[in-house]
Amino acid sequence: MDRVNGAAAVAATPGAAPAGEAHITIRGLSKRFQGAVIYDNFDFDIPRGRFLSIFGPNGCGKSTLINIVAGLIPADAGTILFGGKTLMETKIGYVFQNYREALFPWLRSIDNIEYPLKLARLPKREREEKVEKLVTHLGVKIDLKRYPYELSGGQQQLVSIMRALVVEPEVLFLDEPFSALDYEMTLFMREQLQRIFLETGTTTVLVSHDLEEAVYLADRVLLLSRRPAQVADFPVIRMPRPRNDDTLSDPAFVAVKGHCLEVFQREVRKG
Amino acid sequence: MKRDTFLPLLGVAGLIAVWYLAVWARVVDPVLLPSPDQTFAALVKGMAGGKLGHDFWRTVERTAYATAIAAVIAIPFGVLLGANEKAYRAVEFVIDFFRSTPASAMFPLFLVIFGVGDMTKILVASFGALLVILFNVAYGVMNARKTRLLAAKVMGASRLRVLTDVMLLESLPQTFVGLRNGVSLALVIVVVAEMFIGSTDGLGHRVFEAQQLFAMPDMYAAIFAAGALGYGLNLLFMLVEKRYVHWSGK
Repeated sequence: MDRVNGAAAVAATPGAAPAGEAHITIRGLSKRFQGAVIYDNFDFDIPRGRFLSIFGPNGCGKSTLINIVAGLIPADAGTILFGGKTLMETKIGYVFQNYREALFPWLRSIDNIEYPLKLARLPKREREEKVEKLVTHLGVKIDLKRYPYELSGGQQQLVSIMRALVVEPEVLFLDEPFSALDYEMTLFMREQLQRIFLETGTTTVLVSHDLEEAVYLADRVLLLSRRPAQVADFPVIRMPRPRNDDTLSDPAFVAVKGHCLEVFQREVRKG
Repeated sequence: MKRDTFLPLLGVAGLIAVWYLAVWARVVDPVLLPSPDQTFAALVKGMAGGKLGHDFWRTVERTAYATAIAAVIAIPFGVLLGANEKAYRAVEFVIDFFRSTPASAMFPLFLVIFGVGDMTKILVASFGALLVILFNVAYGVMNARKTRLLAAKVMGASRLRVLTDVMLLESLPQTFVGLRNGVSLALVIVVVAEMFIGSTDGLGHRVFEAQQLFAMPDMYAAIFAAGALGYGLNLLFMLVEKRYVHWSGK
């Protein structure tokens, strides 16, 4: 078939694939939505300490995948383990596309960030220390005493990301986090996210509908087929970090992005 | 901007001007329509130590009791029903039916059960306000942003924490809509009850008595006092909402 396996995909970026240890193992995942089969016996390993982008045709179940893995929606069948542990035993962070509806407008930004620590019953002092540490670490220059609705869209999403990071999650999930932002802010937020990843090395899973963004940020890109979703390809992105504007015009980057686009269009045409 | 804050006064000035004009041109029998200054004098005299002041505060008291009783019952039940959509659907028709029933139609029933005392007026008014508040609270909880509930859940909040930390706060703007409508309705019912259910005081009684005695300036004064009360109650709830539900509409 014209579906490429991992080894063949590496041909796009020559050299041996880095032997990434699996962090999240998805086995036999099945999910139906109103009769439509989204996943049917789907297996996949999400590598540890890597940045994974998920990209695919509209409605193929990109968001569904991370929502199931993060426990937001139940799977019909299958097991998902985080380094052998269940979701309940794992600390995760999740960033929603719609920051306006994900933050709590009745809490100041700083209290939004502290909220997950409050749920974990941490005393006030420790909560403040953790937030303080995170703010310094990320070099955030927002007045966190303000309410979310007093901040710009980008700032709100940054608060969202900080709320997800403050618990020092083992995995950070982001569901199209920048698609409600304008282009200028999107570019800025990409850099913020890359910095966060470089600083923390947290296993990161990003669902994106922007191929350039998906490839630019990722160590590996999971390209999904039309539903029922299968792995169409799983290329390695070898560009050195930190990546910057020059990366975008680097021939190697352009080649791997072109390869991803080709796989994507082949999947779209199948529909 | 500054000029705009005075715009509402234009309407007031216009109304008074038309009123004066009507009195001057004798459009209506002068006995039926006293002049604005006569009415204003009656209002000031009545409110400052006259009967009107006493009646005004009696109505405030009844409306406050009625709204408080309604809120104390309706808010917890509204939250429970809203958090459990199946339960709400089960009682939705009953709530809608009685919400649509004019509370004044319930007077005779309440009179039979509770007699002609103060209690009856307060309870009929709370009955009307209760359903309005209940309906709004339940919808406020049901329409809580799903993303926000999921956000709390993914951070590890228990079902109870989701209810107390998210759903309750999410429902507050809608709860205030219910409270504002509820207090307005309670005032309407209290005033009507004061007119007809063997009353000796209250704004409804004052309006009715002034009419019976043909004391027209007093009657108009009582009507304006009732209007000011209704407007003031609405404003009060709006200010409280602005202060404590600062995120409303944002």
